[in-house]
Amino acid sequence: MVELLFMLLKIVVVFVALLLSVAYLTWLERKVLGHMQSRLGPHRVGMNGLLQPIADGIKLFFKEDVIVTAADKVVYHLAPFIIVSTALLTVAVIPFGDSVKIFSHDIPLRIADINIGLLYIFALSSLGVYGIVLAGWSSNNKYALMGGLRSAAQMVSYELPLGLAAIGVVMQSESLSLAKIVQAQATQGWFFLPQFIGFLIFFICAVAECNRTPFDLPEAEGELVAGFHIEYSSMKFALFFMAEYASVILMSALIVTLFFGGWLGPGFISCPAWCGPIWFGIKVFIFSFIFIWLRATFPRFRYDQLMKFGWKVLFPLSLINIVATAVVMIIK
Amino acid sequence: MIGKTIKGIWALIKGMSVTLKIFFTRPVTMKYPEEKREPYLRYRGPHILRLDEKGKEKCVACSLCATVCPAQVITIEAGEGNEHEKYPITFEIDMGKCIFCGYCVEACPKAAIIMSRSYELAEYRREDLMYDKERLITAGK
Repeated sequence: MVELLFMLLKIVVVFVALLLSVAYLTWLERKVLGHMQSRLGPHRVGMNGLLQPIADGIKLFFKEDVIVTAADKVVYHLAPFIIVSTALLTVAVIPFGDSVKIFSHDIPLRIADINIGLLYIFALSSLGVYGIVLAGWSSNNKYALMGGLRSAAQMVSYELPLGLAAIGVVMQSESLSLAKIVQAQATQGWFFLPQFIGFLIFFICAVAECNRTPFDLPEAEGELVAGFHIEYSSMKFALFFMAEYASVILMSALIVTLFFGGWLGPGFISCPAWCGPIWFGIKVFIFSFIFIWLRATFPRFRYDQLMKFGWKVLFPLSLINIVATAVVMIIK
Repeated sequence: MIGKTIKGIWALIKGMSVTLKIFFTRPVTMKYPEEKREPYLRYRGPHILRLDEKGKEKCVACSLCATVCPAQVITIEAGEGNEHEKYPITFEIDMGKCIFCGYCVEACPKAAIIMSRSYELAEYRREDLMYDKERLITAGK
């Protein structure tokens, strides 16, 4: 009974924290992009524009929900929910801390510790493509369809090196459970040093998975207007937006878990178990910042360059990385 | 090929460092209505009619400014004061037509008309763009 209560509490806390950080990531992005372009960014609503996400949320909530007459109604309504739920469900297996003792109960700081955590995340992020493709197709719009198709092609070609890059980590930690991977890093050191190539590949593919610049072909505003969510308005549009930012946070969390020691702090500072979520939050913040930083710096790929880069560079590199990891492990 | 790759990666890092450098420099934009940018000293804004020490307008209604004005926006009606001096009864500038060339300032023998550095000239009604004498004088105070 108490376990169930703690479980519910954890779910509520994690989801509220995630949704809040999604809201404030939009603020952070606009602010950081602004300063990187020598502007101020939002500063009207609240101090330094801190209430901007709330204002945006209220505005989107009261906007008219336009539904395209020629759209496939069921799929059209379903698509944003697929995309947002697959993005949010991923948080269930992300470990954000070691176990803490509360009232003599041992509480592990993660919602679910399933032994195939990594596979679960890859499965969900592949399902997320359905949301985009269905949204693009059901809108009955050329641009949306083009965006959806591009997204499907991009995600399929980048999912492969993403998974293969993570295999090096799995080999070293000998587990697919994310908590075990972090625990392995406590003894073996953080994996970004031995798996540096793997980390680079994984990071690039993570950016592509989130459809962020320089891989934002599905919603390239210059050529596709807004891509797959062109026909969506009001809260449905907000759901697409939320899914994008949630996946940025979750991909950052995944990178931190796999390569940067998850909840572990730097070795020279000793800190009790409750510090875990703080270290984790700091690292995730740093990676979310890098995501925004990339967006401020690089232009978009051309479509054929994107495909060439995925299949001819990242894919062979990730295979070489696996072989090299195996050879080194055998020699040791 | 390896050299090319390294060169490419170096280019990426350089690009990232540029954006990071700008991130930590002061933005060029301002919070406009609260903070206002000071225009340069040579900036030519709407006109001001200056007063002398006794608080009377310096203008002697010679109409040189009205003559030199390329846009012909200055209308002056001259009158005679108590000490037989000339002064403008009306001095109107149509700001809607003014091209802010500053010829009137150059032409003025008494340095009675100068240009201010204000730049917020928008009005709700077209008639309000006709600046009369009082308005031109108060703008200088």
